[in-house]
Amino acid sequence: MASIAINGVRKDYGAVPVLKGVDLAIDSGEFVVLVGPSGCGKSTLLRIIAGLEDLSAGEIRIGDMRVNELAPRDRDIAMVFQSYALYPHMSVRDNMSYSLKLKRTPAERIAEAVKRAGDKLGLEALQDRKPRALSGGQRQRVAMGRAIVRNPKAFLFDEPLSNLDARLREQMRFEIRKLHRDIGATSVYVTHDQIEAMTMSDRIVAMNGGIIQQVGAPLELYDNPANIFVAGFIGSPAMNFIKARAVREDNRIALYVGATKLLGMPAPDRLPDNGEVIAGVRPERIGLLPSSEAGVAATVELVEPTGVATVVHADIAGQQLKLFTTERLQLDVHQPVSLTIRPADVCLFDPISGERLRVPR
Amino acid sequence: MRGSFQTRTIKWSMHYGVLLVYVAVALFPLYWLVKVSITPDDILYKQGTDLLPSKLSFEHYATVIGKSDFLLFFRNSIIVSGITAIASTILAMASGYAFSRFAFKGKFWIVGLMLVTQMFPLVIVITPIFSIFGTLGLTNSLTGLIIIYTAFNIPFATFLMQSFFDGIPKDLEEAAMIDGATRFKAFVQIIAPLTLPGIVATAGFCFTGAWGEILFALLLNSSASASTFPVGLLLYSTRATIEYGPMMAAGVLALIPVCIFFFLIQRYLVQGLTAGAVKG
Repeated sequence: MASIAINGVRKDYGAVPVLKGVDLAIDSGEFVVLVGPSGCGKSTLLRIIAGLEDLSAGEIRIGDMRVNELAPRDRDIAMVFQSYALYPHMSVRDNMSYSLKLKRTPAERIAEAVKRAGDKLGLEALQDRKPRALSGGQRQRVAMGRAIVRNPKAFLFDEPLSNLDARLREQMRFEIRKLHRDIGATSVYVTHDQIEAMTMSDRIVAMNGGIIQQVGAPLELYDNPANIFVAGFIGSPAMNFIKARAVREDNRIALYVGATKLLGMPAPDRLPDNGEVIAGVRPERIGLLPSSEAGVAATVELVEPTGVATVVHADIAGQQLKLFTTERLQLDVHQPVSLTIRPADVCLFDPISGERLRVPR
Repeated sequence: MRGSFQTRTIKWSMHYGVLLVYVAVALFPLYWLVKVSITPDDILYKQGTDLLPSKLSFEHYATVIGKSDFLLFFRNSIIVSGITAIASTILAMASGYAFSRFAFKGKFWIVGLMLVTQMFPLVIVITPIFSIFGTLGLTNSLTGLIIIYTAFNIPFATFLMQSFFDGIPKDLEEAAMIDGATRFKAFVQIIAPLTLPGIVATAGFCFTGAWGEILFALLLNSSASASTFPVGLLLYSTRATIEYGPMMAAGVLALIPVCIFFFLIQRYLVQGLTAGAVKG
């Protein structure tokens, strides 16, 4: 087990920058998830940590050793690939013992380690099978087993669950997390699925355009996003973004959507000159009342019952927003309703830079 | 609905009838080769067009094996084709892997040049090669033929091997390299076993190419000690006569190693030539 330090890492493919200066410190034993849309550089960063890609500038340290110049085999890390990358011509046992054989570990020690990992992952009965005779979930487990037999300094996961169906994915999420709790190894996990990021990580690293957008605990990113990208990426259904106009009233502002006043709230530390802002509100933070009561007038556009909850698409002065309620409401399309939004639940963003406009507490 | 018994029988007969015609047409020359080789000389011309000779004899085989240099030509052919197959395949594996896995300067031009070598008939380069090999002392030698065949096989064999390597996910050798293997070890222990059908298909291609080649074999090597069997076959056709019997017998004998070779590799060959056709 070891910490990982990523200092000023840049990666260019020809003239195209993929990572534009990434700094990140991962503590020993921590489970960190790199999340972002495709092309954000998260997999490249993982492959750089693994040594499968060279970096253009910067430094990677695993433990207290600089590993920039080390080949993957000398970095003492294990990696689980999206495709699992099991050796098709080898049995499960041989797949799992391959790394130990390369290290010339004595046969009885290999057998012991493979058995221990196999027991932990429920692979006892499959040891003599070839990968092609395994189901997706079993292959995934073998890939994990191949990683844990080695007892490496760190685990790297490259979208390991994206080839599984939804139910299995949920189960493997749980199993990977449990495994991490048992073993406690430093883990870096890449995914584009924000639910995986939220549910599995100690800390999320949200990336976009080759830059780290925000690092923090899952709920911190959820409740307190640093910019509009993080706000929109984390959470499902996604945060609502309402184009609004802020009108200053002493040290408070009033937010207007068209001619409709949305709410009044404390003024942020700065405001764009024209007063245009984007107000972000989580769908579950919007209250829904019959139209007679006080609130912002809106009309129902679409109702999506999911069983657990109902997603209501509403229209405020021509802008769409989604809200999320666990109450079973009888709503008709085009029905007028009132929405309530608490000022504390609103995140304001600069529409040009996308940066959060902080409201002093 | 599968139709009545009668229609099914008719369909079945047509199905196999067509296959039978195809097989008969494809195998007829081979049949004729064998037939002539076992027809004794005295009736060869009298019953020339009969499908079956009235008498069988293996005298031509005895002539070929006992009274000619054919065993020598055979040995030469096996040496030349075997070494050509092994050398071309190993070199093509190395270059095909490089083309498949690495981006490097000049890759485009190297691939282009290799394609160009495939575009013109070999006859064009015979004269320069003859004069170069003459100076180097590589005429009348098996080494000379091996060099030529290997050189001419490599471009196509490289493209063949490259396509097989392209079919193996990069993840596999990366996983092996993370597991502690060097790239070479990952290649030998993970990639090569998985491309075995491709390796065998490439070797088979190079082997048969060299086995039947006659142009260079005839022009570069004039001495019997360095002749391969296709050249040997020509010895039965002289200005005065063509000795059909021994020529056919020699032809049948020449088929044997190729048949054995393909029998041994056919399991891989079928896999190899269809690999990647279906995602599996």
